Amino acid sequence: MEQLTWTGSLGAVLNPMLLVVALALAVSAIATIILSFFSAPVTLQANPDGTVTAKGGIAGLAGLALRVSILALLLVLLGYILGGMIMTYGDAGIIGAIAKRLTPVWIALALTFLLSIWFKKHLGLYGKLFESTVGMIGFALVMFWVYSGIFGGPLGMIATHDPLTALSGLKNKLPGVPVPGAPENGLFPHYLLGGDNLARDVFSRVIAGAWIVIQIAPLATLFAFMVGITLGLPAGYYGGKVDTILSFLANLILAFPVILLFYLLVTPEIVDTGIPSYMALVLFVFPLVFGFVLINSRYRTQPAKRSALVLGIVGFLGWLYIALISQSGTIFDFLPTWLDPITLPSGILVVFVSVVFVNSPTSFRIVRGLAMELRTRDYVAAAQTRGETAWYVMLWEILPNARGPLIVDFCLRIGYTTILLGTLGFFGLGLPLESPDWGSTINAGRQLLSIYPHPALPPAFALLTLVLGLNLLADGLREESLKD
Amino acid sequence: MLRFLIRRIGTMLLTALCLTFIVFFLTNLAPNLEKIAKSEAGARISDEEVTSWLEKNGYAQPVLLRYGEWLGVWPGWTRDEGGSVTGRCIPIGSDPTLAPTFCGVLQGDWGQSTVFKRPVIESVWRGLALTGKLMFWVMVVMVPGALIVGVLAGMREGSRLDRSLSTASIISTATPEYVSGVVFIAVFTSSAVGLRWFNGSATSAMDDATFNNFTLPVMTVALYGMGYIARMTRASMTEVMTAQYIRTARLKGVAFPNIVLKHALRNALIAPFTVIMLQFPWLLNGVVIVETLFNYKGFGWTLVEAAGNNDIELLLGVSVVSVFVVLITQLISDIGYVYLNPRIRIS
Repeated sequence: MEQLTWTGSLGAVLNPMLLVVALALAVSAIATIILSFFSAPVTLQANPDGTVTAKGGIAGLAGLALRVSILALLLVLLGYILGGMIMTYGDAGIIGAIAKRLTPVWIALALTFLLSIWFKKHLGLYGKLFESTVGMIGFALVMFWVYSGIFGGPLGMIATHDPLTALSGLKNKLPGVPVPGAPENGLFPHYLLGGDNLARDVFSRVIAGAWIVIQIAPLATLFAFMVGITLGLPAGYYGGKVDTILSFLANLILAFPVILLFYLLVTPEIVDTGIPSYMALVLFVFPLVFGFVLINSRYRTQPAKRSALVLGIVGFLGWLYIALISQSGTIFDFLPTWLDPITLPSGILVVFVSVVFVNSPTSFRIVRGLAMELRTRDYVAAAQTRGETAWYVMLWEILPNARGPLIVDFCLRIGYTTILLGTLGFFGLGLPLESPDWGSTINAGRQLLSIYPHPALPPAFALLTLVLGLNLLADGLREESLKD
Repeated sequence: MLRFLIRRIGTMLLTALCLTFIVFFLTNLAPNLEKIAKSEAGARISDEEVTSWLEKNGYAQPVLLRYGEWLGVWPGWTRDEGGSVTGRCIPIGSDPTLAPTFCGVLQGDWGQSTVFKRPVIESVWRGLALTGKLMFWVMVVMVPGALIVGVLAGMREGSRLDRSLSTASIISTATPEYVSGVVFIAVFTSSAVGLRWFNGSATSAMDDATFNNFTLPVMTVALYGMGYIARMTRASMTEVMTAQYIRTARLKGVAFPNIVLKHALRNALIAPFTVIMLQFPWLLNGVVIVETLFNYKGFGWTLVEAAGNNDIELLLGVSVVSVFVVLITQLISDIGYVYLNPRIRIS
């Protein structure tokens, strides 16, 4: 096997096209921005015969050129992907080979978009997302990494090599390097994005890192939101002493520089004392409390139904809670293995707890602010007059009406959690040293950055695109939810 | 106003007290103390020896008492061992009778750093001075840049300029320092790309900051905060631009640049002021990352060294300073907000 080039024979056709299109895009983008200062805006003029004419020539023309060149760029990029998928392995270079490896992701993405656009009228806010370009781009970026994580992690369809195994002779080798003796040993013939400083495959590590992020970031954000909602609703609804005390605690945590907190919480010494386990004990109880109060306040007047539901929900959540905090190697290790469905790799619990802890006060403040604003509404007064309990009003009147901003913030916060996870990895805190998560890989790659930039750049771009996607998604959601 | 100020400062001091106690507690947990005993008295000492070493050096007292000693509100411990008196406030080899009763942070005695083998306060000041230099340039780049971008984007909501600038700000908020720093180093300093415009390490910038060695660290920190401030400025600018008095000015026939500069700008800058002040804790984060990445031995680097080497006194000193920086900027932002916005009257 020989070294792969970036685009292979596909490049002969598509590379010049890409260059032309990119140039056109840059020129038209700059032109539109500059022209927007000077020329008149595009207006419609009604003609006597009932037609309309667009006025404002040159700026409109530049805008049209911009749209056309964006479309052309997308087509060229699609050409790279489709070409790589169709052509035989190796002919379309590294990009083609990666596109081929990612085939399940492309199919899943296409299906998701087709179905969602087809049924968008029936899908509520999610369907509305497909009316905003920004939202769609963000959603596509996010789902790309979600599918890459799922297909690459548990299903093992994407990664070309084991992310932890080093192959001799491939240390710091450039992208597209052939693996010596690959066909005989049943290995994948190339390191598509090169080897890192321990001769592991960069591409497989990035894919494995996606799975780590996809597992931890949304779940940690969800836990933080549970804490935020369970404490923020009463703080905002009642005000007074409850609010003062809880806000003081939240501000206390917020005044801590995050990195200092990580350095204090995520050290082996602190783990030995069991403090993270105690924190897990406190932080993870909030979903349980939330579930209980949610059901209890709703079915308070129907005791039979209430008891059954509460028993079911609390039993199930309680079991998960106990399984989550009972981990081997920590101070809580009491649940027999046959009852314990959740076993976390070492270090993950600490990372998870600290990320939830850091995120909770911010979500508390948001929920509190929303509750303060919404408690003066008429429907709240109506519910109070009906004699509903305070928790009913908070969870079934205020919370559903606060969902718009909360969903938007949830997306943003997943992005922020991803950044935090990267920070932890970057400082080598918590996660095992050889862990393929993006932060650790960037950290490992930065030592030789000025000589071999290729091991650090792919995880950096991966993290950037995922967070960017989440931000764009949040932006799109905000825009669409404001339109109601 | 005065009552508000007093209450605010009172809360701040309480917060500082709580936070320093938390840091003190977390850095003085049993495993940390054991580690420090082993690093000071030898790695192979037995458990009994560890206990006796801790007792001899005043680490065995209750944590609250030791916090009081460290703070300087409780008399430092002394120990009389057959005539030779040792104690917290008695430097080795000096006369015990001359030693002060209290020696803590409040008295200016911040302890001795075990990593750098010099007083904590020296390391902290040195780090602060260097980080101050970095922060100054970050502010010089970030604040005007962000405000200009935000005002330009917000003055005509929905225009192409707005769209492109908003997208740029979103991209910048989605790029944490360790990503942009790595990309900058790879693109501008590596032999693989071949541009080699800047210096990939800022160690030389500590004594002599030049365009060559300081641009990348400054840009890396500035970029992440810039997008956020720009978005806030844009939001506040668009809100102001829809206000009645702006419409009146337009109807009177005031030229658009004049409306933006003379009528809208002042009101639009109230909100970003708060945001800029509240950015400090985040900037502190960025500073730690950037100083580690570019090997610039400032405050953030000191924090990493102290935490990585279990240097309790230094870590405490660094924490106290960073907590105070955060709290004081919060205070300034609160007061500034009231001061800038005459609509808010505090009784």
